[in-house]
Amino acid sequence: MSVLIFLDQADNNIKKSSFEAAGYGAAIAKQIGVAAEAIVLGTVNDDLTTLGQYGVTKVHTVKNDALNNVDAQVFTKIIADAATAIGATVIVFSNNFNGKAIAPRLSVRLKAGLVSGAVALPDTTSGFIVKKNVFSGKAFANVSINTAIKIISLNPNSFSVATTSAMAEVIEFATTITDAKVKVTSTDKVVGEVPLSEAEIVVSGGRGLKGPENWGLVTELAKLLGATTACSRPVADIGWRPHHEHVGQTGLAIAPNLYFAIGISGAIQHLAGVNRSKTIVVINKDSEAPFFKAADYGIVGDAFEVMPKIIDAVKKMKGIS
Amino acid sequence: MKILVCISKTPDTTAKIAFADNNTKFAADGVQWIINPYDEWYALVRAIELKEADAATAIHLVTVGLADTDPIIRKALALGGDEAIRINADSHDSYYIASQIASIAKEGNYDLVFTGKETIDYNGSSIGGMVAELLDLPYVSLATKFTLEGTNAIIIREIEGGEETCKVQLPVVVSCQKGMAEQRIPNMKGIMGARSKPLKVVEPAAMDTFTSIASFDLPPAKAGVKLVSADNPEELVRLLHEEAKVI
Ligand SMILES: Cc1cc2nc3c(=O)[nH]c(=O)nc-3n(C[C@H](O)[C@H](O)[C@H](O)COP(=O)(O)OP(=O)(O)OC[C@H]3O[C@@H](n4cnc5c(N)ncnc54)[C@H](O)[C@@H]3O)c2cc1C
Repeated sequence: MSVLIFLDQADNNIKKSSFEAAGYGAAIAKQIGVAAEAIVLGTVNDDLTTLGQYGVTKVHTVKNDALNNVDAQVFTKIIADAATAIGATVIVFSNNFNGKAIAPRLSVRLKAGLVSGAVALPDTTSGFIVKKNVFSGKAFANVSINTAIKIISLNPNSFSVATTSAMAEVIEFATTITDAKVKVTSTDKVVGEVPLSEAEIVVSGGRGLKGPENWGLVTELAKLLGATTACSRPVADIGWRPHHEHVGQTGLAIAPNLYFAIGISGAIQHLAGVNRSKTIVVINKDSEAPFFKAADYGIVGDAFEVMPKIIDAVKKMKGIS
Repeated sequence: MKILVCISKTPDTTAKIAFADNNTKFAADGVQWIINPYDEWYALVRAIELKEADAATAIHLVTVGLADTDPIIRKALALGGDEAIRINADSHDSYYIASQIASIAKEGNYDLVFTGKETIDYNGSSIGGMVAELLDLPYVSLATKFTLEGTNAIIIREIEGGEETCKVQLPVVVSCQKGMAEQRIPNMKGIMGARSKPLKVVEPAAMDTFTSIASFDLPPAKAGVKLVSADNPEELVRLLHEEAKVI
């Protein structure tokens, strides 16, 4: 018996959210007294023995370039084979783009109950109950998985991992690779920026910034803090910023360590996508803006006056002048 | 070409989230229900556009829900579905719901099954993938664009940090999100016409459930905002650095 963790890669590197999933899966394995093993598909540059640091004892690999694009059907088959081969009773994914494509298929294939969007370790005192995010961050549900095999996909940024100096054993998993029915014809990636879903700091602007020509206030602070930029829905709808920056109930839901909101009112639909952020800072000229109720720190003031001063103060703190 | 669009009912985005019966049930009293925005704005409207462009011949809607789902389904018909099937069951288990939808999809021989990216209440993002696996069909998740080229679909989907264009032979299951289409408002003609469109109610097939909700919790309340004077933004930076330790 074991816990199997699916490690996701992007551009031949293991993603940050997968290291979280590894630590989470290893913690479950410890809790139920079994080994934590992982699987990586495609070719990766990482030294996979270092996964031992997260508590993984064995890493199964299928090194094949055909697996560098994720096809949910092809991946489901291989992960199901591996799960069966090692007798996995719990399978862990990150609840990211690929996790959302593969975990539901695997659930059907293995007749294994799935909880997606988990935010804590399962309660295994009686049964197997996983806390997950529901109502777009406004509540949690404690979901009981009633099947022999359990699948959990962990929300990014919701589990902090402790590392050790252990090393994992890396073994090639022998399997057959089926043909992908979905052919990827091109990819288009924003290079050099941390994707919004994985960002630890996010600087976000709303309609209060008046127009795209003022976005320097957002991007300059973001650059200083190593942050990714985001925006409210109307800002993306009017075309001031690209759609992929739209966060909220109908955009991306994020949970960074710091969410810095400038000129955003904090409508309930906006909060639904950002309320899991660990620290929220709000800059708004209206002291009645609903966002202040959800914030940890705030300044009531005109962003056009306040932001340049904040940017200067950050530069000073970082020793840049 | 026939399209099946999966429709779910969800509380309005401004609904108060509270729980009843010892925190085991969503407190639905006084809650306004809507079509799940992803199902409506993106999946359904894109299907309607395909039909308007003569690329699709029929749009069928499917929902798993009790009679209180009918107003939502009628609204979806008013927007432009041709007929609807309601499977008369109430469940929060994705596998059970997907199994019901898959049995309808199998019977109807659809070329295309559209779902929303996720529902805004249970946030599972699982139904599309499960239906695809149950039907042994390819699945393209989180699609932002969808066009047809003969019997192939050309789909753009979101991936980590960007997007990917892919090509797949129909039939296929697709989960839809922002970019696919623009929200529409039903017009009077649509609303009148929807009353006479077929809404078939079928009893659920016997299917397994894999999960059950034991209880709900609300997140702990925030301690309250610490306000810093607009004359002293340096103090904010200091607090973020020294107190919150996030920068
Ligand atoms: C079904 C549904 C789904 C939705 N989904 C989303 C979603 O996913 N994401 C989302 O963001 N919205 C969503 N919305 C829209 C949401 O209701 C709000 O309309 C939107 O979030 C408002 O964006 P905003 O705060 O940028 O703009 P506004 O509401 O116009 O607020 C601008 C704010 O800027 C402040 N301001 C103005 N000038 C200055 C200045 N000089 N300095 C500082 N502050 C200033 C104002 O006081 C105000 O608070 C949704 C709505 C619906 C109905």
